[in-house]
Amino acid sequence: MDPSSSGIQEPFDLIRLSLSERVFVKLRGDRQLTGILHAYDGHMNLILSDVEETIMIVDVDDENATAGSKTVNVRPKH
Amino acid sequence: MLIFSVFKTLTDQQVTVELKNDLSITGVLKSVDQFLNIRLDNIKVLDEARHPHMMAVKNCFIRGSVVRYVQLPAEHVDTQLLEDATRREALTQVKR
Repeated sequence: MDPSSSGIQEPFDLIRLSLSERVFVKLRGDRQLTGILHAYDGHMNLILSDVEETIMIVDVDDENATAGSKTVNVRPKH
Repeated sequence: MLIFSVFKTLTDQQVTVELKNDLSITGVLKSVDQFLNIRLDNIKVLDEARHPHMMAVKNCFIRGSVVRYVQLPAEHVDTQLLEDATRREALTQVKR
């Protein structure tokens, strides 16, 4: 049960192994992010770079997705 | 505690805070606490036409829980340092 033997013992290990990788994050309120993961904490506050945010906006008559783009580091809180 | 430390290193830098009510405020980060409550000086609301009631506000305190994003100045963030610090903190979490 040596956690440093690169095994995955808990869900957070999966996130730790994704540091400096491009990750896909699904948030509340029909928001999605992709960005390069640089830091996280136990609350799953994240620090990402080169982030692209996609927000699903439901229109009165039809559904369409709008892409908003954030350029620098973004910290999502939930 | 890691994210708190990151914000502390960014005091006196210009940041943009996006709130969960879609209000975006740019200002100088004056202080932050363990709940990630934030004090901003010299603030400017991104879409002033949509938020005219904010025009006279020059500084503000933001409760951490209403923040959606904080946009940080990329030139003041050492991403390699962040990743190492995150791994170190993750290790201490496992050990307990």
